[in-house]
Amino acid sequence: MIGAEGLGKRFGERTALRDVTFAVHPGERVAVIGPNGAGKTTLLSLLGGVLPPSDGRVQAPAALGWVPQQPAVYRKLSVRENLELFARLEGVGEPDAAVERMLDQTGLRDRAGDELGRLSGGNQQRVNIAVGLLSDPEVLLLDEPSSSLDPLQRARLWEFLDAMRTTILFTTHEVSEAERHADRVLVLADGDLVFTGSPGELHRAVGDESEGFEAAFVRFLRERGH
Amino acid sequence: MRWLLQKDLRILRRSPLLVGLLVAYAVGVGLAVAVALDDTPDKPRVAFVNEVGDDGGEFSVGGQTFDAASYAGELFKSIEPVPVDTRQEAVELVRRGEVLGALIVPEDVVDRLQDTINLAGSGERPTLEVLYNAEDPLKTAEVQSRIDARLADANKALSDQLTKVAAGYLDILLRGGEFSILGRQFTVLGLQNTERILRAVAADLPRGSGDRQALERIIRFASLAVSNLDIARPVLQTVGTPLAVKQTIVQGADTPLEDFFLAIAVTLSLMFVAVLLGAGMLALEREEHTFGRLVRGLASRTTLVVEKVLLAALCAGAATVLMTIVVALVYELDWARAPLWLLAIAVAAIAFGAMGVAIGALARDVRAASLLAFLLALPVAFLALIPSGAVSASLYDVVSVVSALFPFDPALDAANNALTGGEPGMAGPLAHLAALVAGHGVLARLALRRFG
Repeated sequence: MIGAEGLGKRFGERTALRDVTFAVHPGERVAVIGPNGAGKTTLLSLLGGVLPPSDGRVQAPAALGWVPQQPAVYRKLSVRENLELFARLEGVGEPDAAVERMLDQTGLRDRAGDELGRLSGGNQQRVNIAVGLLSDPEVLLLDEPSSSLDPLQRARLWEFLDAMRTTILFTTHEVSEAERHADRVLVLADGDLVFTGSPGELHRAVGDESEGFEAAFVRFLRERGH
Repeated sequence: MRWLLQKDLRILRRSPLLVGLLVAYAVGVGLAVAVALDDTPDKPRVAFVNEVGDDGGEFSVGGQTFDAASYAGELFKSIEPVPVDTRQEAVELVRRGEVLGALIVPEDVVDRLQDTINLAGSGERPTLEVLYNAEDPLKTAEVQSRIDARLADANKALSDQLTKVAAGYLDILLRGGEFSILGRQFTVLGLQNTERILRAVAADLPRGSGDRQALERIIRFASLAVSNLDIARPVLQTVGTPLAVKQTIVQGADTPLEDFFLAIAVTLSLMFVAVLLGAGMLALEREEHTFGRLVRGLASRTTLVVEKVLLAALCAGAATVLMTIVVALVYELDWARAPLWLLAIAVAAIAFGAMGVAIGALARDVRAASLLAFLLALPVAFLALIPSGAVSASLYDVVSVVSALFPFDPALDAANNALTGGEPGMAGPLAHLAALVAGHGVLARLALRRFG
């Protein structure tokens, strides 16, 4: 399980996140949505241990996979070399086996020897996620996993993620992705957690289930002054 | 750390342009130094015009004849003369840069010298003419100093000879002897003999007589003259060389210019490769977005700093050793001192690596880091090469403090001492470099706290 209790983060005078409390249960897929600057990436960085919190605390398992928004892999190394390197740095028990498993899981076995810089954005993001999965984590944190991908690459990426059984917490500014792939959404606005529930519950919260999810989300924020 | 180092070396191997440039840079600097050292003549080439001719170069002093050519030889001790017939030819050679300067001995120089010795003629001193090509101030200064030094030697040799002749005259005047002038021999009685004879004559004259009193006055004069002329010889020698110079090196080593040149090349090569690599490879972690992933428990920021310093030092050290080998093909190095060179190169490479990593930690991407490294490295080298006395004392103090904050100055001292074994030895520069490694390492570590 992963969660936060009274979590806050300040950068100097600016408060990026304020008193955020939630819990994600095993096997659940949770999307963190909100306008730009709402604090989505900050929340994920705090959960992933990349940033220390200013207030509150994080509950996270030891085996936690963290996948940043931009592919955090080496473009001059091949797919296999990247996976081998991070498997060794992660201290994975059987690095070679973990690499083989990830090559199968990502469907990139035939591109294993290619330098990462020569792969498409979608395939680079697959490797980026595979690195996060090398240690077989209980929870995978994904920061805007599809932000730089075209629609086809995005569809392939979600096929790959949907096939996984790991607990996933992801941020996205594509609210349709949250509706389609998340069991639950956390809505952040100006550093505050303003909604926790399923996409259907968000619809119901604005009182008009006939309109699309994106329109409901925008109305929800406007009604609350964001 | 091993995996990170291995990864970075693999990335460098796959960046042929970058590695090629670094190797080409090191080898290029080495070749340039080698060619410069190989091409540097022991003596600068100077055109020489002798308008006196072979048969007109003699002058005489007190019946002794001297060959002016033997004094011209003094001039050639530290220059390589390129004989030409006319002043115009010499001017052309200087203008074309084939010689660093020209020395012209005019036709009337021996006559004027003879007149000067004889206290006759117009009284104008014999004058040699020196031409320089002033396009290159360094070359001009070198030629000027060499010719000035040799002219001073020639003047001194001539002065010694004249002093010797004058001292001979004094000796004859004092003690008597044979003297030759215009081919005729004269016997000179000498003041001492004169005094002795006069005393004998005075003893035979009645006491108190007017003749005896007059004679005793002459005897006192002769006695006084003998006493004073007896000290005239050392006085003459002193006049010939009024000031003796004792040279003492207070600070630094008496380093041959070629060794100093090589030490600068080694230090520059180390600095550019280590600083650029250290800065670039650390900034690359952020550009590739891997920094955040690594510091999330895979590698600490301190590990990253140490790894990049070692990587930069390893590559810069290897490139510099390669450069030194290229230089050694043409320039004779003292191989017995090789362990000291390697020690100096290793410690200096680590210090430059730490400086580069500190720069890389301050910049956000590779381009900014490389630019910052380059912009900082050039003035650091420039400041370290400013000699004391070239600027005011207060400005030099500021320059010294700023230089001490960067590795170029101590690295140059270490390389210089390793090459030549000069004082004050390597301990001081190595300790200074070690302190800079710690300082820049801490700066890099603190700067990395900004990034997640």
